[in-house]
Amino acid sequence: MKITADEVRLTAELGRLALSEEETARLARELDAILGYMEKLAAVDVAGIQPMTHAVALDCPLRSDELGSQLTVEQVLSAAPVREGDLFQVPRAIAHDKEAP
Amino acid sequence: MSWHWQSAAAIAAAVRSRAVSAVEVARAHLDRIASLDGKLHCYLRVDEKGALLQAAAVDAAVARGEDPGLLAGVPVGLKDLFVTAGLETTAASKILQGWIPVYDGTAVTRLKRAGAVLLGKLNMDEFAMGSSNENSAFGPVHNPWDLERVPGGSSGGSAAAVAAGLCAIALGTDTGGSIRQPATLSGVVGIKPTYGRVSRYGVVAFASSLDQVGPLARTVEDCALALEAIAGHDPQDATSIDAPVPRYRDQLGGDLSGLRVGVPEEYFAEGLDPKIATLVRAAIAELARLGARTVPISLPNSIHSLATYYLIAPAECSSNLARYDGVRYGLRIPAEGLGEMYQQTRAAGFGAEVKRRIMLGTYALRAGYYDAYYLRAQKVRALIKRDFDRAFSECDVIATPTSPVPAFRLGERTADPMAMYLADIYTISCNLAGLPGLSVPCGFVDGRLPTGLQLLGPPLGEEVVLRTAAAYQRTTRWHERRPPLATEGVA
Repeated sequence: MKITADEVRLTAELGRLALSEEETARLARELDAILGYMEKLAAVDVAGIQPMTHAVALDCPLRSDELGSQLTVEQVLSAAPVREGDLFQVPRAIAHDKEAP
Repeated sequence: MSWHWQSAAAIAAAVRSRAVSAVEVARAHLDRIASLDGKLHCYLRVDEKGALLQAAAVDAAVARGEDPGLLAGVPVGLKDLFVTAGLETTAASKILQGWIPVYDGTAVTRLKRAGAVLLGKLNMDEFAMGSSNENSAFGPVHNPWDLERVPGGSSGGSAAAVAAGLCAIALGTDTGGSIRQPATLSGVVGIKPTYGRVSRYGVVAFASSLDQVGPLARTVEDCALALEAIAGHDPQDATSIDAPVPRYRDQLGGDLSGLRVGVPEEYFAEGLDPKIATLVRAAIAELARLGARTVPISLPNSIHSLATYYLIAPAECSSNLARYDGVRYGLRIPAEGLGEMYQQTRAAGFGAEVKRRIMLGTYALRAGYYDAYYLRAQKVRALIKRDFDRAFSECDVIATPTSPVPAFRLGERTADPMAMYLADIYTISCNLAGLPGLSVPCGFVDGRLPTGLQLLGPPLGEEVVLRTAAAYQRTTRWHERRPPLATEGVA
């Protein structure tokens, strides 16, 4: 299979990465080589095998619904790149006339 | 007395008996870092003030007649993946540069409680993705045995700092070999415990079904001490195992009579440096001389482990790293719209390898490719685990090489991602299966580049792995050799 530049662009959009044309071309080549190596898995007989999602068997434990120690709002916001009062501030998500990308 | 070459066990005993003060030991290490680390670049940040305060607190506790803990006054370095309250934590990424956490991770809390003195934050591959430490956004680490070579990765700063006497113990993390591979290339001991043995709370996440915390040190005994201090269930990490923590340090004695050591021929095949094969086989012969019985075993699905890992780990990383979006912490590149801000921030903040893995993982999870890549990899992972389950019915511990090659030259593998990924070929199945694995120095290639023997145990089999390695270290001297820093013009 050949990874095209368009495939790379669509994947980058899903992964929220802006790529230069040079990066796009390089990643197309690299993903092609790496995924080419992964093709060998296609030959493994996995009929009837349950997918393994975790290294150890996990029973999702529930904790009791009690108030524990919490970070304060000030602590949580202390690392915010931009804040406004007690809120994280972000650029607008929806434009006036069309949806933002 | 040069405290920087003393073991953690010896330092803790001396501090407890007041033969030396914790402050004096910390000072000796801080001075050594100041004089040597300019060339090695192990530390991203040295917390001199914090270290001396912790050391003074340990000395005060001793003076009051209290026991400061298992690691009394032991200087420890932390991979910069460990979240530290009030101390910048970057994961060696520009996207987190300047982040000052407001809490300590569980392993850090437990080290402090055990009396350890935390010297600072160690260099690493960005977000723990890499096998050479060349993916750090802040410059590579140099191998103390040969400054032109890599220390291994991703815990390269941890391994090199221990090897150079810049700390007695370092904490690392191991997702596909990131403790064991640099330990091998830098000539120290490193253990990746069973998945879930140590809490991941307060550890920057890479691949959550594989990540595990573990110590690196110059002796097996020191690794045992450190593991004892940090292991155990943590309500803050639902995947941490709720099982009692053995006194690992008490399990290190005795010969290896009756021990069955499994040797998988798949790990001695094409690609292994013949000089390493010879050294590892000699190490296995030494285990036999100590009373162990070698058993040929087969792990036929090992050949698929690299492909399996490099689908699963990037898939999990692409999900975990979605949180770096310029909103709550770290870098933000201002932009008109929200989507553009995300894309520009991540483009500017992540390095090339991290982007490559996000792309690979996002691709493998995409509708239309999920079944062929991610789901299939999860099924092959089950087959790899099944191989180990069967093998451990025939043996108690498995012995293999840790790395197929000794430390390579800086820049030698950076152009070809697949060549770099192959550095992990012997370490990753252990993570896929969730097993404990340790690397112990077993000789020098061409008399000067260290290499290691890897020992794998069954789930929660840290004791047998540590006991085997400790017996080996008692009758060998590899771990007593020091890197030629003086002759390199560094010391």
